[in-house]
Amino acid sequence: MIDWLVLAIAVPLLGSVVAAALPGRASAIGLATAVLTTGSALAASLVVAEGGSLRSDLGGWGAPLGIALAADGLSAALLVMSNLVALGISVYALDYFSGGVRRHFWPLWLLLWTSLNGVFLAADLFNVYVTLELLGISAAALGALSGRPDAVAANLRYLLVGLLGSMTYLLGVALLYTELGTLDIGLAAEALVPGPLAHTAFALMLGGLLLKAALFPLHFWLPPAHSQAPAAVSAALSALVVKAAVYLVLRLWMDLFGPVAGPGAGAMLGVLGAAAVVWGSWRAFRAERLKLLAAYSTVAQVGYLFLFFPLLAIAPPPEREALLGALVLLALTHGFAKAGLFLAAGLLQKRVGHDRIDELGPAIQSLPVVGLTLGLAGVALIGLPPSGTFIAKWILLAESIGAGQWWWAPVVLIGTLLASAYVYRLLANAFGPAAQAEPAAEGALAPIGRLAQAPALLMTLVAVVVLGLGGEPLWGLLEGVGP
Amino acid sequence: MYGLGGILLFLLGVWSFLVHDGLLRKLIAINVTGAGVFHVFIAVAYRGLDAAPDPVPHALVLTGIVVAVSATALALTLGQRLERPDD
Repeated sequence: MIDWLVLAIAVPLLGSVVAAALPGRASAIGLATAVLTTGSALAASLVVAEGGSLRSDLGGWGAPLGIALAADGLSAALLVMSNLVALGISVYALDYFSGGVRRHFWPLWLLLWTSLNGVFLAADLFNVYVTLELLGISAAALGALSGRPDAVAANLRYLLVGLLGSMTYLLGVALLYTELGTLDIGLAAEALVPGPLAHTAFALMLGGLLLKAALFPLHFWLPPAHSQAPAAVSAALSALVVKAAVYLVLRLWMDLFGPVAGPGAGAMLGVLGAAAVVWGSWRAFRAERLKLLAAYSTVAQVGYLFLFFPLLAIAPPPEREALLGALVLLALTHGFAKAGLFLAAGLLQKRVGHDRIDELGPAIQSLPVVGLTLGLAGVALIGLPPSGTFIAKWILLAESIGAGQWWWAPVVLIGTLLASAYVYRLLANAFGPAAQAEPAAEGALAPIGRLAQAPALLMTLVAVVVLGLGGEPLWGLLEGVGP
Repeated sequence: MYGLGGILLFLLGVWSFLVHDGLLRKLIAINVTGAGVFHVFIAVAYRGLDAAPDPVPHALVLTGIVVAVSATALALTLGQRLERPDD
C-alpha cells in the first residue's frame, strides 16, 4: 500500500530541494510538485474519509520510540483545504512572480507547504514543534521576499515573535515530558493526570500557540507582516499558516488536555476571541489599504474561531459534534475566501500599482472577474447565505443561546455588521459614481492574464457555493474526532 | 535544581526580549530563552545516579539547537538587509 501520509510531506520537501538546485526550472518543478503534493494529500484524506483515521509509523518504529504521522477527520479536512488553496496559489504564482524573485519563491514556498502538511499530520509533540518552527521560518522568509525595508522589518518582527511563541510551547513540552515520559499525543493523553505541572504545561503550550495564531491581544505582528508580503504569500499566511496554529490549539485541547482544559480556560479564549472580532473588524473597516483590510479581517475571523471554545468546553456530545463541525467549516471557508481576497488584491495592486481602497474603483471596473471575486469573498467574510460562514455562525448563535451563554450572540452580530460595512466600502468604490465618472485609460493599466484570475475566483466560489451548499459531509468526516 | 536554573534562564530571556529594543538584543534574548528550555530538557533526562540518562531529551535538544541556529541566521540576514536599505 502506498503511504500517502509520508508522500504528502516528502514530495514537497524533495521538490523544494530540487527547485533550489535547479533555479532555472524552478517554476516547472514547483508546479509539478504542487500537483503531486495535492494529489497525495487528497488521497490521504480520501482514505480517512472512507476508513477512519490513518497512522503511519516511520521506519517501522512504533511509539514511544518512533515518530508517527497520523490523520483523522480533523486533519483530513484541513489538509484538503490547505492543499487546494496552496495549489491555487501555486498556479497564481506562475504569473505573479518574475525573474530572481521567482527563483527564490519556489524552494521556500514548497518548504512552507511541507511544514504545513507536517503540522496537520504530526502525531508527536516534538514533531509539532519542528514543523511549526519550519513553518515560521519559511513564512517569514517568504514574506520578506520583496526586500523592501518595511516588508523586511515587519517579517523580522514576525520571525522573532514566532520564535518566542515556539520556545514557550517547547518549554511546555519539556515539562510535560518530565511527568509523562512520552511525546506521542495519544500515549501522553492516556498518562496525563490533572495537576499543577499539567496545568503549567497547558498554559505554556497554549500561550505559545496563541501567539502564533494571532489571537487578540497577541495579534499585533499580523497586520503589518501579512499586508506587506507579496500577495501570493499573504494569501498563504492568512489563509493557511494562521490556521495551522489554530488547528494545534484545537488538537491539543481535544486530544491531550481534555481533563485540564475546563470551562474557565474556554471562557478566557472566548473573551479574547470576542475582543478580536470587534477590534479586528473595526480596524478592517478603518483600513485605507485593501491588503491591510484583509489582514485585519483575518484577526477578526480568528476571533470567531475562538468563540467556539467556551461552548465546546461545556457542550454535551451531540452539541459538541455540531459545534466542532461548524468551527471547522468556518476555518475552511475563511481559508478559501481569504486566499481568494488576497490574490484578487494582488491583481488589483499589479494593475494600478497601489491598493488604496478609495482609488481602486476604476481598476475593479476594468477587471470584472476580479470584481466578482471580491464580491464572493465579501459574501463569505460577512457570512451571507449560502456561504459556509453563514451556516457556521448560525450554529454558533443557536448553540450559545441554547447553552445559556447569550452574550456571545451580540459579538457575532457586531462583527457581522462591521464586516458588511467594510465589504460594502470596498465594493461601493467599484460601482459608485466616482468609478463611472472616470473610466481608467487602458494604457495606464498593467495587463493581467486570464490564468492569473482563475484561482482566486475558484477559491471564493468554493467558499461560498461548495462549502455552503455541500458542507454536510464534513460532519460525517469529523465523527469520532476528540474524546 | 538544574531544571529550575533552566526555567530561570527562560524567564530572563523572555523578560529581556520584551523589555529591550534592538534586533541584536532581542535575538540574544531569544537564544537565552532557548538555552533555558534546553537546560530543562537536559534536567529531564536525569534518571538517578546509577542509571544512564534518558537519550530522548538529548536528541530533542540537538534538533532544537539546529532549528534555533537556522532561525537566528535568518533573522540576522533580514537584519542586515534592513541596515542597507538602498541595496
